[in-house]
Amino acid sequence: MIEFCSVTKQFPGGTLVVEDFSLVIPSRKTTVLVGSSGSGKTTLLRMINRMVDPTSGRIEIDGEDTALLEPVALRRRIGYVMQNSGLLPHLTVINNVATVPVLNRVPKKQARQDALLLLDTVGLDRSLADRYPSQLSGGQQQRVGVARGLAADPNILLMDEPFGAVDPIVRAELQTELLRLQTELDKTVVFVTHDIDEAFLLGDQVVILEKGGRIAQVGSPTEILSAPATDFVATFIGADRGKRELSIRSSPSGDILVDADGRAAGVLIDSAGGPAL
Amino acid sequence: MNWLVNNGDLIGQLVVAHLLIAIPPIILSLVISVPIGWLANRYAWSRGTLLTGFGLLYAIPSLPLFIILPLIIGTGLRDSINLVVALTLYGLALMVRTTADGLASVDPDVRQSASGVGFSGRSQFFRVELPLAGPVLLAGIRVVAVSTISLTTVGAVIGISSLGSLFTDGFQRGIGAEILTGIVLTIILALGVDGLLVLLGRILMPWVAVNSGRVSRRERRRARLAVVA
Ligand SMILES: Nc1ncnc2c1ncn2[C@@H]1O[C@H](COP(=O)(O)OP(=O)(O)OP(=O)(O)O)[C@@H](O)[C@H]1O
Ligand SMILES: [Mg+2]
Repeated sequence: MIEFCSVTKQFPGGTLVVEDFSLVIPSRKTTVLVGSSGSGKTTLLRMINRMVDPTSGRIEIDGEDTALLEPVALRRRIGYVMQNSGLLPHLTVINNVATVPVLNRVPKKQARQDALLLLDTVGLDRSLADRYPSQLSGGQQQRVGVARGLAADPNILLMDEPFGAVDPIVRAELQTELLRLQTELDKTVVFVTHDIDEAFLLGDQVVILEKGGRIAQVGSPTEILSAPATDFVATFIGADRGKRELSIRSSPSGDILVDADGRAAGVLIDSAGGPAL
Repeated sequence: MNWLVNNGDLIGQLVVAHLLIAIPPIILSLVISVPIGWLANRYAWSRGTLLTGFGLLYAIPSLPLFIILPLIIGTGLRDSINLVVALTLYGLALMVRTTADGLASVDPDVRQSASGVGFSGRSQFFRVELPLAGPVLLAGIRVVAVSTISLTTVGAVIGISSLGSLFTDGFQRGIGAEILTGIVLTIILALGVDGLLVLLGRILMPWVAVNSGRVSRRERRRARLAVVA
C-alpha cells in the first residue's frame, strides 16, 4: 500500500504544484491518476520513488516513510516506465532490460537470461534482443520499457503516460497486454494518463485531478461514471456532452447502442457473449 | 629519393620519437577534460569561468611557453616533458569546452529515466552520460590529435627530436627532400592516428552508426534493386 499524507510540493520557482494531497493507493491494484496537462500527475508519481521530494507531508510505502529510505535503493525496487520508453539509446534491448538487475549486481549472464524471459512476458520476439532502441517501432520500445520496469521483480510499477506516444491501434494493443500482465503479475500499478478512456479501461481505482493536484474524485470507474462528483468531473469524463449516455436503437440489421448525439457507439451483447435478445 | 633511402633508420627513429611525444598529450587532454567538463556543468559559476580559462590557454604562444614551463615544473630546457605538458595544455584548451558541451547535450529525458530506474549519481555519469557524450568527445579528440601531431614538430626548434627535426636539419643543410619528407610524414601520421580514432569510435560506440540511421550495404542494394524493379 502506498499512502500520500498531506503532501505539498512547491518547486524552487514558487509554483505550488501539489497542495495538501492525501490518497491511499491499494496494493495489487491498478490506480490511475488522470488529469489535464500540468495538473501535477508526473510530480505525484515521481514523489513515490523520490525523484521528487515533497516540500511537506509524508509518503509511506507499506507503512514506511520513504523520506527515511535511500533514494537509489528505493528506485531499484520500484519499476519505472515513462513516455517515449526512456530507454538508454546506447544499450541493446537485452541490456536495457537487464539494467536494474546489473546495477543490483546480479551476474550479467543471469541478468540476460532473465531479460530474455521478460521479453517473452511482454510479447516481444527474442530476435529483437540485440537491436538498439532506435531500431524498434514505438510500440516495441514501450514493451521493452515495460520489461525493464519489471526486471527487478518490483512490487510497485510506476507508469507515466507509457502509451502516450504510440498510435491508437498499438495503444489499444498495449493496454490489453497490460491488463493481461496485471492479472498474471499482480503488481501495485500507479499509472498516469490524460486519457480518461484509458483510465477507465485500466484502473481499478481512478483518481481525477484538477489543477494543483486537487482530487476531484476518487473511485472505481463504475462509481465515477454513475455518479460524477462535480461538474468538473462530469465535463472531464464527457458525461455533460452525453458521451457516456448510451441508448438502444433498432436498426434493420439489429439493435445498436447510440450516444446522446445519435452516433453509433457499439452493439449490445449479453454477458454470455452472444447478441442480446 | 637517395636521401630517403640512405636515412631509413633515422626516419624510423623520428617517427617513434614523434609518436612518443604526441600520444600522451592526446590521451591526457581527453582524460583530464572529463572531470573539468563535469565540473563546468555542475555549478552556475563554473561553466563560464572554466571554459573561458581553458580557452585562453590556446592564446599562449608556444615558444615562450617552452621557456617558462621548465622554470615552473623544474625540468631541463631540452626535456621532452616540457613539450608533453605544453601540448596537453593546448589539447585541454580545445577539449574542455567540447567535453562540457558533450556532457550537457545528453537528452534530459534519458537522464531522468536513468535516475528513475535507479542509477546512482556516479554510475549514471560513467555508464550513461559519458558514453552518450562519446560521439562529441570523439569529434573533439580527433581535432586535438591532428593538431597535437602537427604541433609536436615545433619542439625541434628547442632541440627535442621529432619529425620536425627533419625540417630544421633540412633547412640548415639545404636538403629539400628531407624537408619534404618531414612534412609528408607528419601529415601521414596525423591521418593515420585520425583513422585509428574513427575505428576505435566504431568499436566502442556501435550504437552510433545504427542510431544515425546509416543503412547497411545490403539494405542499400536492396533499395536500389527495388527502384530498378
Ligand atoms: N522541476 C520543476 N521545476 C519547476 N516547475 C516544475 C518542475 N516540474 C514540474 N513543474 C511544474 O509543475 C506543474 C505540474 O507538472 P507535472 O509534470 O507534474 O504535470 P503533469 O500533470 O504530469 O503534466 P503533463 O500531462 O503535461 O505531463 C507544471 O506547471 C510544471 O511546469
Ligand atoms: Mg507528466
